[in-house]
Amino acid sequence: MSIIKPTRRGLLRTSAVAGAGLAMPTIFTGSASAYMNEPTGSSVTLGFNVPQSGPYADEGADELRAYELAVEHLNGGGDGGMMNTFSSKELKGNGILGKKVEYVTGDTQTKADAARASAKSMIEKDGAIMITGGSSSGVAVAVQALCQEAGIIFMAGLTHSNDTTGKDKKANGFRHFFNSYMSGAALAPVLANAYGKDRKAYHLTADYNWGYTTEEAVRESTEAMGWETVNAVKTPLTQTDFSSYIAPVLQSDADVLVLNHYGGNMINSLTNAVQFGLRDKLVNGKNFEIIVPLYSRLMARGAGENVKGIFGSTNWHWSLQDEGSKAFVKSFGEKYGFPPSQAAHTTYCQTLLYADAAERAGTFNPCGIAEALEGFEFDGLGNGKTLYRAEDHQCFKDVLVVKGKENPTSEFDILEVVEVTPVSQVTYDANIPQMGGPEATLGDCNPGA
Amino acid sequence: MFGLRKSDSALLLIVIALTVLAPFILNPFPENSVMAQFNAGYPDLMQRLVIFGIFAIGFNILFGLTGYLSFGHAAFLGVGSYAGVWMIKLLTLNVIPAIVVSVIVAGAFSLLVGWISLRRSGIYFSILTLAFAQMSYALAYSVLTPITGGETGLQPKVGDPRILDAALEEGVTPRANLFGMFMNDSYDMVVGGWIFTFNVGYYIAAICMVLAFYLSIRIFRSPFGLMLRAVKSNQQRLNYTGIESKPYTLAAFVISGMYAGLAGGLLVAMDTQAGAERMFWTASGEVVLMTILGGAGTLIGPVLGAGFIKYFENIVSKINANILETWFSFMPDGLSDVFVGIIYPFIGKGWHLTLGILFMLVVIFLPGGLVQGGQKIAGMFKNKKDGSDSATSSASAAPAE
Repeated sequence: MSIIKPTRRGLLRTSAVAGAGLAMPTIFTGSASAYMNEPTGSSVTLGFNVPQSGPYADEGADELRAYELAVEHLNGGGDGGMMNTFSSKELKGNGILGKKVEYVTGDTQTKADAARASAKSMIEKDGAIMITGGSSSGVAVAVQALCQEAGIIFMAGLTHSNDTTGKDKKANGFRHFFNSYMSGAALAPVLANAYGKDRKAYHLTADYNWGYTTEEAVRESTEAMGWETVNAVKTPLTQTDFSSYIAPVLQSDADVLVLNHYGGNMINSLTNAVQFGLRDKLVNGKNFEIIVPLYSRLMARGAGENVKGIFGSTNWHWSLQDEGSKAFVKSFGEKYGFPPSQAAHTTYCQTLLYADAAERAGTFNPCGIAEALEGFEFDGLGNGKTLYRAEDHQCFKDVLVVKGKENPTSEFDILEVVEVTPVSQVTYDANIPQMGGPEATLGDCNPGA
Repeated sequence: MFGLRKSDSALLLIVIALTVLAPFILNPFPENSVMAQFNAGYPDLMQRLVIFGIFAIGFNILFGLTGYLSFGHAAFLGVGSYAGVWMIKLLTLNVIPAIVVSVIVAGAFSLLVGWISLRRSGIYFSILTLAFAQMSYALAYSVLTPITGGETGLQPKVGDPRILDAALEEGVTPRANLFGMFMNDSYDMVVGGWIFTFNVGYYIAAICMVLAFYLSIRIFRSPFGLMLRAVKSNQQRLNYTGIESKPYTLAAFVISGMYAGLAGGLLVAMDTQAGAERMFWTASGEVVLMTILGGAGTLIGPVLGAGFIKYFENIVSKINANILETWFSFMPDGLSDVFVGIIYPFIGKGWHLTLGILFMLVVIFLPGGLVQGGQKIAGMFKNKKDGSDSATSSASAAPAE
């Protein structure tokens, strides 16, 4: 089948211009380009695939703001943000490899199908060279697999499930955000310090993939420390009233409640738990405590007063005082008038990391970029020293353990950083069972042509 | 032709022509023009247009003919998809077993659901089917995670058995194919400033749609189809004449379930993954919208409706504020801001709003859907020619519920 070959729209677009004006139809059958969507003009197109509708639309909107800011900085606009504090100095503010950065956006609707459809249209129609974004693990895993098939780099946005760089890892996919395992490993010692080693935990877990990996991670690390898990109950994702799940907690002799919930689930379950007076109870002579493994500012704002004093973990927080974070908060704040969320931070970093990898590799070829990112160590992006591990394309960096602030000063100042768990404590072997074991492999990078 | 009456074979020929020439029709604007934003002739969208066309044609056999409004049809699409992915994982990367098994599994599942749900009619039937679909969704999303992959969905892996295939080379990503042709292989034809993409997957799906459309014409014109219409017009009277109507409605239900399974199998063949969202009630609602928007009970209506909705979902949702600004950049600053401000709520994430408004307009002014709109326009031309009123002449212009 010699006439059938993968689409090479970037190259075609140029030849289309060249072909314009010819009276006879010209049929392009020239030699193959080196990789999918190779940019041939003076610009390069990135695809920002974020939820603009659906339950995570708030996160999506913040991600999009960060992307726009990153593109502005890459093209030399604004104050340069974290480009100035980034340890790699390849980015000059003249786009990527001298090409002006342009972008297209799409709505994932937080549905795998819709996300793949919009990613495909970016690849096939707009000639995007890289896809990034997303705000749920289901979407991240689905789009990552698509990018692997198509031969495009995928820079994951907000996705916390182990599977993205565990069971479902792909050679063309990269994640800067932390994961369930790291949350568990970072939280456990802090919890032991705060609440003691002799505790009985009761888990309420959102009944889907992310919930499972988070429960597993928190269980394993707290049990290793001496806690006992009394019970773990799965709650439907669509549940809005958790009272029927909270009541049995009161009957058990548990003295800690772990809410493996995210977004609206967490807001409702935490509110219910606090309304039931769990936090004022004494069980086994100890104060009853509640833990939320993954915190986000948008969630904390939704739960209002109820988050006070409740522990959780987060990827990044705007109140951090390192140079990178300060630079990012400043340029984001100047442009939009409020501090960025962790979703905005991770997507901004991913864009910069991609651009920097392309500069260092000297090409947009996905295989070149993957090689440049694998084992890349950097600093100055707000999380301290960070490693993009070659085995699973996961970033390893310090994890923040946070607590709901007792006296918030503004609607953004809700969380306070309790402890920064050093990276050594959250590092794991790439082949542990939680990450899919040794049979989960990255495969080979796919340049798509 | 093919055992069809003349007007129907003309319609079939039109549909064949439209699907074959779709790469030209959907890409009317040159690649570098501002209007290229509205081009829909890229493989993924073309595939979706025909696949959801099949889904809607099948739904119309049930809803358009019998009047039974199933609110859970996405469940069959989803079940078919899962069956298809499992075939690709277990048997072979060739798409044919996947598509065939999708249809069979969806048919069996719809037999079960139909057997139970068809004990009731009207709103109770709708609620029963909705309940089944939501149940399937909930099961797929959580309890059945080992089979369905749960939230992250099901996709082929390098380590799958694929007992009929030779082993892949080390590190190669498994991709679905038809005897060596990959679904996303395309041939691009460059004519002047235009690029027309001829995609393998699209033409496979298009052949399926033409066959599905032909079958639906045959069903519409058959005695069986007439019996289904009798169910719609007055089921009680039908029962009083001594005819047991349930076998007919059940057959219609299973046929439309198999159509949904075919659509699910094709979705998987084009893009090898299946997720639970495919069965969510909004997906079931979408096919109802497609059918009503195009014209329930008409032959071509559902296909038009499906195309309309998928076009909006994929094209309008991708227009962002930046693109708007370039459109209005020729205007003075203040004025362009005003225009951008007015249009902004209707594009990007606002595509639901635009679609909703259009849907309302269609339902209010064209209760027979887009097909009725077409007939009105055709009628206007005819009136000019011979002055006779032909708007009532079409046999297929049954109004929507």
